[in-house]
Amino acid sequence: MKPPKFDYHAPTTVDEALALLGRYGGDAKLLAGGQSLMPLLNFRLSRPAALVDLNRIPSLAWVREADGQVRFGAMTRQRTIEFSPVVKARVPLLAEATRWVAHLPIRTRGTIGGSIAHADPSAEYPAVLTALEGEVVARGPRGERVIGAKDLFKTYLTTSLEPDEILVEVHLPATPAGAGSALEEFARRQGDFAIVAIACVVARQGERCTLARLATAGTGPVPLRLRAAEEILERDGLGAEALDAAARRAAELVSPDADIHASADYRRHLTGVLTRRALTRALGVARG
Amino acid sequence: MADLVSVRLRVNGVEREGRCEPRKLLVDFLREDLGLTGTHVGCEHGICGACTILLDGQAARSCIMLAVQADGAELMTVEGLAKDGKLHPLQEAFREHHGLQCGFCTPGMLMTALDLLRTNPAPSDAEIREGISAVLCRCTGYQGILNAVRAAARAPGGDR
Repeated sequence: MKPPKFDYHAPTTVDEALALLGRYGGDAKLLAGGQSLMPLLNFRLSRPAALVDLNRIPSLAWVREADGQVRFGAMTRQRTIEFSPVVKARVPLLAEATRWVAHLPIRTRGTIGGSIAHADPSAEYPAVLTALEGEVVARGPRGERVIGAKDLFKTYLTTSLEPDEILVEVHLPATPAGAGSALEEFARRQGDFAIVAIACVVARQGERCTLARLATAGTGPVPLRLRAAEEILERDGLGAEALDAAARRAAELVSPDADIHASADYRRHLTGVLTRRALTRALGVARG
Repeated sequence: MADLVSVRLRVNGVEREGRCEPRKLLVDFLREDLGLTGTHVGCEHGICGACTILLDGQAARSCIMLAVQADGAELMTVEGLAKDGKLHPLQEAFREHHGLQCGFCTPGMLMTALDLLRTNPAPSDAEIREGISAVLCRCTGYQGILNAVRAAARAPGGDR
C-alpha cells in the first residue's frame, strides 16, 4: 500500500462533509480531484486521520451564469471547464488557462475548487482568480462567507480558509464584451507547473486603455497582482512604448525565489517577457 | 487490518467486484485484486502516465485515485482494446509504426491516445504531441508514437 492508513468517508451532502470535518477537528483532509493530494499521500508526506471525499456530492459540480459572473461548483472538473461553451464565451482567460493545467488525463479528475484551495503558487487557476478579481464561497459551521482573491491566498499552499470550512463555489466576473485576455506561460515541459505565467485582461477605446489586469504565477508565495504595471497602461495608453514600460515595471514588481527549476533573476526576466507577450496577444483580440 | 470496503465496477464491459482497504490505489486493485496486469505501475504519483485508464470514458491516472472512488464506475483498460482476437486500430498502428520499444508506457500511451482521438478525431501533429506529452516514454521513442497516433487517426475506427 502506498498511502498511509486513514478513515475514509464519502458524504453525499456538504452538511455531512462539514459534520465530518468537525468530528475530526482539523485532522481530516478534503479529497477533491486528488491530483495533488493523492501524490502527497502516496509519498506519505501527508498523513491525515481521515479523508472526506467530496466526489459523491452532486450539488458541488455545476457551471452557471448569474449577476455578470460565471459561477462554478467547487467540484467542477477542469476537463468540464475546458470544453464548456459558456466558459469559452464569457471567461476566455479561464478556458485558455485550463489548457495549461497539467494534461488532459489530470484535468479529467482535477477540479477548480481543489486547485484554488491547494494554492500552489505556480498553478494557473489562482493567477486567473487574482487577475479577474474573482471570489470564492466558503461554507462552515458558522454559515457561508465570500472571500475575494486578494484575501484568499496567504502563502505557499496556504489560504485563509479555516480548517472547518469547505470551498463550495468559485465566482469569476464575466469578461466585458470587447475586452481581450491571454495567458502566457513558460514551463520546461508541456504540462509542468509554470516557472512563470502571466494572466492578462485588457479593454481599450482606441489607444486608450479602459481596463488592465495583470497577475502572476510562479513569482513568489502567492499570485501577485501587478497593479503598478496596470497603472502605466491606464495612464499612458496602449502604444508600444507604454507596453514596454508596463512589462519592465512588471519585472521590477516581483520578488521571486530561486529554486531547482529557475533562478530568481530568470523568473524576473520571464515576468517582463511574458507580460509583454500577454499584453500584445490580449490587445490583438480586444475590440473598441 | 483496517475495515475493508466493497468495490463493484464494470471493467471492459464485465461486472467485477472486490474488497480492499480504502487506501488501496485503483491501479493496484486492477492488478492485484482483479488480475488485470495490463495497466502498468510507473511513478505512482501521477507524472508518468503509465497507469492511464478510461474512467467513465475519459482518460485518468489510476495511481492517484482510490479503488473505492471507482465504485459504480465504468472502466476501460488496455485489455479492453482488442476485440475477438483482433487488435484495435490504435494497437495496429503502434505495431506498424514502431510505436513501442520496451512497451512499459504503451498501455498508458494507448489509453491516452484513445481519449485524444475521441475528443479530437483529426488532430494536428502539434495536438498529438501535446496529447501524448501526458505520458512519459523512457525509451524516448516519441517519433514512432507520433507516427502511430497520426496513422490511427486516419484509419477507420481509430477513435472508437
